[in-house]
Amino acid sequence: MANKRVNAVVVGAGAGGGVVAKELATGGLSVVLIERGRWHSYDEHGDDELTSQRTFPLKCGFGPDNERNWRMSPDGKNGWVKVFPNQWSYGNNAACVGSGTVSYGAMAWRFQPDDFRLKSKYGAVPGSTLEDWPLTYEEIEPFYEKAEYEIGVAGDPTNDPFVPPRKKPYPMPAFSLNGEGIILEKAAWRLGLHPFPIPMLRNSVPYNGRPACIRMRTCVGYACPVGAKAGTQNTVIPAALKTGNCELRINCMVSEIMIDDKGRAKGVRYFDADNRLQEQVSDIVVVSASASESARLLLNSRSRLFPAGAGNNNGWVGRNIQDHAYAGAYGLFEEEVYDDVGPGACIAVNDFNHRIPGIIGGGVLCNEFIRMPYQFTSIRPRNSKMWGIEHKDFQKRYFRRHIAVHGPAQEMPVFDKKVEVDPVVRDFWGIPVARISGSRHDNDIKAGRFLAEKAEEWLKEAGAVSTWQAVPGKESTPSQHQSGTCRMGNDPATSVTNKFGQLHEIDNVFIADGSLHVNNGGYNPALTILALGYWVGGHIIDMWKGTKMK
Amino acid sequence: MISRREFVRITTAAGAAMLVSFNTSCRNKISRWRFLTGEEISLLDAIVEQIIPTDDFPGGRWANVSNFIDRQLDSYYRKHQVAYREGLSAMGMTVFQLKGRKFEELPFAEQTDMMEMMESGTFPGDYWEEHSPAGFFNMLRDHSLQGFYGSPVHGGNREYISYRMLGLDYPNIIGQNRYKDLSWRIYDAKSPANGK
Ligand SMILES: Cc1cc2nc3c(=O)[nH]c(=O)nc-3n(C[C@H](O)[C@H](O)[C@H](O)COP(=O)(O)OP(=O)(O)OC[C@H]3O[C@@H](n4cnc5c(N)ncnc54)[C@H](O)[C@@H]3O)c2cc1C
Ligand code: SF4
Repeated sequence: MANKRVNAVVVGAGAGGGVVAKELATGGLSVVLIERGRWHSYDEHGDDELTSQRTFPLKCGFGPDNERNWRMSPDGKNGWVKVFPNQWSYGNNAACVGSGTVSYGAMAWRFQPDDFRLKSKYGAVPGSTLEDWPLTYEEIEPFYEKAEYEIGVAGDPTNDPFVPPRKKPYPMPAFSLNGEGIILEKAAWRLGLHPFPIPMLRNSVPYNGRPACIRMRTCVGYACPVGAKAGTQNTVIPAALKTGNCELRINCMVSEIMIDDKGRAKGVRYFDADNRLQEQVSDIVVVSASASESARLLLNSRSRLFPAGAGNNNGWVGRNIQDHAYAGAYGLFEEEVYDDVGPGACIAVNDFNHRIPGIIGGGVLCNEFIRMPYQFTSIRPRNSKMWGIEHKDFQKRYFRRHIAVHGPAQEMPVFDKKVEVDPVVRDFWGIPVARISGSRHDNDIKAGRFLAEKAEEWLKEAGAVSTWQAVPGKESTPSQHQSGTCRMGNDPATSVTNKFGQLHEIDNVFIADGSLHVNNGGYNPALTILALGYWVGGHIIDMWKGTKMK
Repeated sequence: MISRREFVRITTAAGAAMLVSFNTSCRNKISRWRFLTGEEISLLDAIVEQIIPTDDFPGGRWANVSNFIDRQLDSYYRKHQVAYREGLSAMGMTVFQLKGRKFEELPFAEQTDMMEMMESGTFPGDYWEEHSPAGFFNMLRDHSLQGFYGSPVHGGNREYISYRMLGLDYPNIIGQNRYKDLSWRIYDAKSPANGK
């Protein structure tokens, strides 16, 4: 039963947790990294679309499983309904060593400097808890750079006038555009836009001992067969383990942070691979379980001094959950535009990030990752027949003759868009489950419609003979881009951690994942989460050197 | 028409015998199916052929879509067993009442009419308890598309037929399908190939 005391427990071996574990282990702390999932390989999954992390009618191949993990979701009638990871209403990212960074599309965005001072730029927004970040772009910039170099990003900002300022070039050259990327690039120039290649956490050339990408059609939603896609599972986590200071425990589900009578954390309780309850005592606890599960873990860690959950005496844990209001358009072409050069997404414009009158935020617009055959069956103009010979004709004619352009419109944080724990329902281990509810802010819809409009214009200019838009609705459950539930801030009344990810209320508990985001930018969030992992990890090391967190 | 589809059905059975890796169990037992009965399969075969009809490429029946559904009903889709048992029987009985013949014996166009009634909610729902005809239709449609377009490892998409139909090479053989020349991989902000 008794596990040896360590300096730090890190909960969750995903984007944030993988980086923190490595920073702490290389900084000399003894670390136990606890992950509820396990290792995954390409061979186990292949190109199976029905169990990918993108279209998952059968299951989410990269976890969590439907047998032990469920949540509650609003049923639309003031009640709740049980939902499973492979339903969008669950709000899943992933659960394995590397988490989302194994199966992600690997777009590697830095947020814009303005994203860190959104309230100063736009003013207070009614109906939103919008706030500036407690840290500036200039402060986080070196950590973006560190993430780009240690984990590996290919990019070229030459043609992007709106690129967030950077001190060093990307470590790898950008990927060439595929066929549709070239068509879109020319059209964007004709429209006066500024197209550039999407920065990617994928090797365009051999880098860090891993080979270059072979450009397959199955990338987003799948593992990489050659290791060209960089996640924490093939970069920082192996590096952490190599120090000898870090032990990774897989298939272990953390149920609670143990809090002592003085209101400090003494470690965590978890169910091991054989479902036995274990305790791991530590000086520090770092929670990196993703925005939904980190909030759930804090809320489930009730103690005398924190009856509403660890660090939650102000009631802000789990609040303000965000994702993105994805919006875009589809275009059909006379000629084939598909060249099977993966992963598909390759070109972007930053023109609609913060440059839209009347809209707060906005977002980047990109061409989409390759739509696989089953996924494509739902891509149709409105009122299309979805089966029979019309269905088949459409598949045959347009699979190779369509382009999709879309983008992540920035969402406004809304206090009542939140993660709670259900008072009754428990998961397989008996841990109260999360329930996620709340509606989008009107600005998100407006921004989404604007982006969809622009995407459609772009496709028309590219020669699409028929186009239609896809716009966001009010209701959606944050999932792959979930963030914001334990936001950082200078004011302990309206945030959960300080600017270093340290809980305002418990000084030896840190957060290092998407939960920290004060807002979620107009970009996919992973590079920012990785950068925050370095930021938080570095500050823990600094504090450790002074006080040993005693 | 009927005889051709009959022919397709027979060759399906023969084809299935060759695809040992996809249909390993049950073939020498009383039924080769895991959950559905032979009678249910013959109705389902006609349904999946409606969802993805044969044209110059084979349709849902040839692609073993019914086999895909049967396999899922014994694994990931156990939760839908009741819906299928109830739905197929209700559908069969209703059609027989309306037409005096089994669904699978109707001419193709009349089957299509029945399917359209189910989709639009005008199909009589008398025999349904747990589900509605429209709800069952949507499930049948979605599962059929999964079976036709998903990976053959799940028992459908025989010989990657849908990939062939879309002109995709298959299966993805890592390192063999292409990728010898590295030079085209790199973006050049100044190059004419990249527009400037
Ligand atoms: C298909 C897909 C495509 C994506 N594409 C992109 C992209 O192109 N660009 C981009 O920027 N982002 C992308 N993302 C999103 C990106 O993966 C996430 O933003 C990122 O992984 C979130 O990091 P995190 O550290 O907050 O949480 P995660 O990476 O999800 O890590 C959390 C980890 O904690 C574990 N955990 C949770 N609870 C417990 C517990 N109680 N006990 C033990 N372990 C626990 C989980 O299993 C998980 O491994 C994509 C995601 C997916 C799924
Ligand atoms: S496209 Fe490249 S990075 Fe993506 S999975 Fe294939 S080889 Fe890996």
